[in-house]
Amino acid sequence: MLLRHTTKEIKERQALTVNPAKTCQPIGAMYAALGIHNCLPHSHGSQGCCAYHRSTLTRHYKEPVMAGTSSFTEGASVFGGQANLLQAIDTIFTVYDPDVIAVHTTCLSETIGDDIPQIAKKAEAEGKIPKGKYVIHANTPSYVGSHVTGFATMTRAMVDYFAESNGHKIDQINIIPGYVEPSDMEEIKRIVSELGLRAVMFPDTSNVLNRPQTGRFDMFPKGGTTVEALRSTGNSKATIALGRLASGPAARALDAKCKVMCEILDLPIGLAATDAFVDTLRRLGGVNVPDSINIERGQMLDIITDMHQYFYGKKVGLVGDPDQLISLTEFLVSIDMWPIYVVTGTPGKKFESKIVEITRDVPHEVKVAAGGDMFLFHQWLKNEPVDLMMGNTYLKYISRDEDIPFVRFGFPILDRVGHSYFPTVGYRGGMRVLEKILDALLDKKDRESPEESFELVL
Amino acid sequence: MAASKINSTTGIESVDPGELKAELVAKYPTKVGRKRAKQIVINSVEECGEVPEIGANSRTIPGIITQRGCSYAGCKGVVLGPTRDIINLTHGPIGCGFYSWLTRRNQTRTNGPGDANFMTYCFSTDLQDEDIVFGGEKKLRKAIREIYDNFKPKAIGIFATCPVGLIGDDVHAVAREMKEELGINIFGFSCEGYKGVSQSAGHHIANNVLFSHVVGLDDTPSKGKFKINLLGEYNIGGDAFEIERILDEAGITVVSTFSGNSTYDKFANSHTADLNTVMCHRSINYVAEMMEKKYGIPWIKVNFIGAASTAKTLRKIANYFEDEELIERVEKIIGEEMVEVEKVRLEVKSRCEGKLAMLFVGGSRAHHYQDLFAEIGMKTVAAGYEFAHRDDYEGRSVLPNIKVDADSRNIEELRVEPDAERFSPRKSQEALERLKAKGFRFKDYDGMMPEMASGTLIIDDISQFETEKLIEKYKPDIFCAGIKEKYAIQKKGIPMKQLHSYDSGGPYAGFKGAINFWREIDRMVNSKVWSYLKAPWQESPELTATYAWE
Ligand code: SF4
Ligand code: SF4
Repeated sequence: MLLRHTTKEIKERQALTVNPAKTCQPIGAMYAALGIHNCLPHSHGSQGCCAYHRSTLTRHYKEPVMAGTSSFTEGASVFGGQANLLQAIDTIFTVYDPDVIAVHTTCLSETIGDDIPQIAKKAEAEGKIPKGKYVIHANTPSYVGSHVTGFATMTRAMVDYFAESNGHKIDQINIIPGYVEPSDMEEIKRIVSELGLRAVMFPDTSNVLNRPQTGRFDMFPKGGTTVEALRSTGNSKATIALGRLASGPAARALDAKCKVMCEILDLPIGLAATDAFVDTLRRLGGVNVPDSINIERGQMLDIITDMHQYFYGKKVGLVGDPDQLISLTEFLVSIDMWPIYVVTGTPGKKFESKIVEITRDVPHEVKVAAGGDMFLFHQWLKNEPVDLMMGNTYLKYISRDEDIPFVRFGFPILDRVGHSYFPTVGYRGGMRVLEKILDALLDKKDRESPEESFELVL
Repeated sequence: MAASKINSTTGIESVDPGELKAELVAKYPTKVGRKRAKQIVINSVEECGEVPEIGANSRTIPGIITQRGCSYAGCKGVVLGPTRDIINLTHGPIGCGFYSWLTRRNQTRTNGPGDANFMTYCFSTDLQDEDIVFGGEKKLRKAIREIYDNFKPKAIGIFATCPVGLIGDDVHAVAREMKEELGINIFGFSCEGYKGVSQSAGHHIANNVLFSHVVGLDDTPSKGKFKINLLGEYNIGGDAFEIERILDEAGITVVSTFSGNSTYDKFANSHTADLNTVMCHRSINYVAEMMEKKYGIPWIKVNFIGAASTAKTLRKIANYFEDEELIERVEKIIGEEMVEVEKVRLEVKSRCEGKLAMLFVGGSRAHHYQDLFAEIGMKTVAAGYEFAHRDDYEGRSVLPNIKVDADSRNIEELRVEPDAERFSPRKSQEALERLKAKGFRFKDYDGMMPEMASGTLIIDDISQFETEKLIEKYKPDIFCAGIKEKYAIQKKGIPMKQLHSYDSGGPYAGFKGAINFWREIDRMVNSKVWSYLKAPWQESPELTATYAWE
């Protein structure tokens, strides 16, 4: 057994986290910053945090992930990291020449209380920031929230630093895609353009963390939202924020700063959430939904109706991030699956009540934990197993021990490819999720059904 | 691009390392350039083996894009990570524990389902806002009790992360208190990420704690005629299994490994071995030194990476024990193993000879793996460590001349005295002299540079910028480093081999490991997959459209 010490008996824990279902803020901030064109993320703290964040993102995307660090030593942690950050800014602009350095803090610099804007001002006064270049920042203490919070905060920083309004609205909408994959961001852009709308999406990691093999390495790849585009977000007609936790703060900041009205929606994972997204686009843009989209929707629905017998009444355990889990739970409920365990490591009471609300018609007890961990999740399974699990790579240890089919979903996925190229949002993304679920369930059925009832046609 | 290169050797001859160094240094702000100049050295090996001085184990320049990690990573990740039955509790916010959870590919093999194995688990106190404000000791104590209630481990290690030091939590005091309360061994590591300048500080801290809290707790005489410890071997990809297989066959008993496939009890009993063999000098030499002082166990440097190196190591161990039967047995094993090894070596060599390699990694592997490349005729044109010290580059003879700076002074040097009862020199003075007269060397690490050709480039703590420049200039056939570097290099069309975690391969140690490695390198440097970089229309865009029937 891989997880041989996990017992059926559940003892209350108040201080100990075992097998976390979240990670720390800066990695989310780093990921978001990679979605700015010509931007180098910078971790203001000891170099270990940065090494860990880069490694994890690299393993998840199998792509270069570049970022600087302030490399604190004992001295810096006593006297503060000002000298380190000044030197970092100088070195980065001299050697790597980005347009933007996006600084995020770490637990260490937060505990010390380094004032990043003040240090950036000093750098500017000392001539260390070349003209037309920027140092932006986000405070990302990991003892608050999770990696999702870090993503949200850095995305908000893009608004705080760049969004401008000149009073003239332009014919474009803003889309904040949430903490989703580059493939998802690409798909969201495709849907928007299918409807014939102009949009600025930020951050945008497509063509950054899923770039092609060309025999060339560009420190700053073609993708990412440009500073110019970020500036223009203040003049957009409206903002659509996907995912309350990851995108809400930036959308509200933009509303407050530049009076751009916003609609905050669930991530468009599944039928209803995608419907809501497309419908909002239609209303805000004043356009008709083209047939191409109707066809995609119909295809997705076709899979659901054709294969309903395999979904119906199947118990599912989910581990992941709140925005994803809310949409996914709703999706599964809508196809008559029973998500009975829903766990996120990200704390938040609202999440729990939202899941309870979504699952109220599920004819089975539903357990939900915000601020939970995979150890607890596994213990639940030991008491009553499920037919399917969805979550990040770490679930494969449980999957093997308990022989439960498993679909990789969320962050991080360290042992498979695909997530950076094939979306799970939109109708097409939904079709992929359905395909994955069916593959997992039916592979098990094929493996285990007795010879006399082994079937060719499913 | 690897695929389009005709003659690799011309690649190296066309590069003037002096010019290249000047170009690298010139790119930086002046002060930074001056510092880098000390860490970028053109190798020249004097007849007596002397090499130029290199700057190492100094602070990383902020913003330079370094390979390095932190002291916590070196302590919890590298040294303690591979031990299966100690619960490693990360005291801090969630990230540090999360990232070091199962990511290093250390393998472990339990003795059955009843055996403890916590390596698949991640334990953290997940400190929150209020803990940072009011202190986290209370939560730590509680977490330890909860560990005990749920898991009943033999031992618990507490690892301090960056903020813990600042808020003043005393992990050692909590460890003492909880040890008393629960009656199991509990010890703390002050391995906050800002300690020292790299993972290296964490290795030292881990060595100190293991030595003072675990080694020597169990005096039961270990069994076996030839008893050794294998130090600095972490069983990445199963390396330790292959080494154990060979040693087993030779009748050499491994009392404990620090720390691949290791257990708490084996550490506790390790002082009953008669020889310490050191693989990764950088990460573990402290334990070797301290065990020699306290218990009288001599240490020697060994290397199981490379077939010839493995053979040499086996002979060295056999010679140490001065036992004819053992010496014969070892020769027999080498003879038998080398048949298959030679077959594969020559086959792979026929396809790899003359190709160029670069290795920038770790604290010993950038050196050890050069042997494997050399055996198939590949040349190492540039190499460097991520976190090694001058002695790992220039050899231990420079130890007395290394200036201890403030960052290193902060890492405790334990004062070790011979143990009143248990110190027993494993070799008599006479035997030592006899061995030395025959050319046997103890505590011998000559470092990387004396074994590299003059004119090669040695770079300590290489930056992203330097990595790219090196690739552009030398166009190597393979580049070895870690996961963070991997895909930037491969995007340039150069295959990249991870030498921390081996990507998905291994074992690469010992005889079978050498075969595995050569096959892997053969696959990488001779693969056709690198030849598809250009689409047909990019290869010859000048063609104008023609119709198929024309
Ligand atoms: S939790 Fe804090 S100290 Fe740990 S890796 Fe994340 S930012 Fe760094
Ligand atoms: S050199 Fe590499 S293998 Fe050796 S301890 Fe260091 S990281 Fe580990």
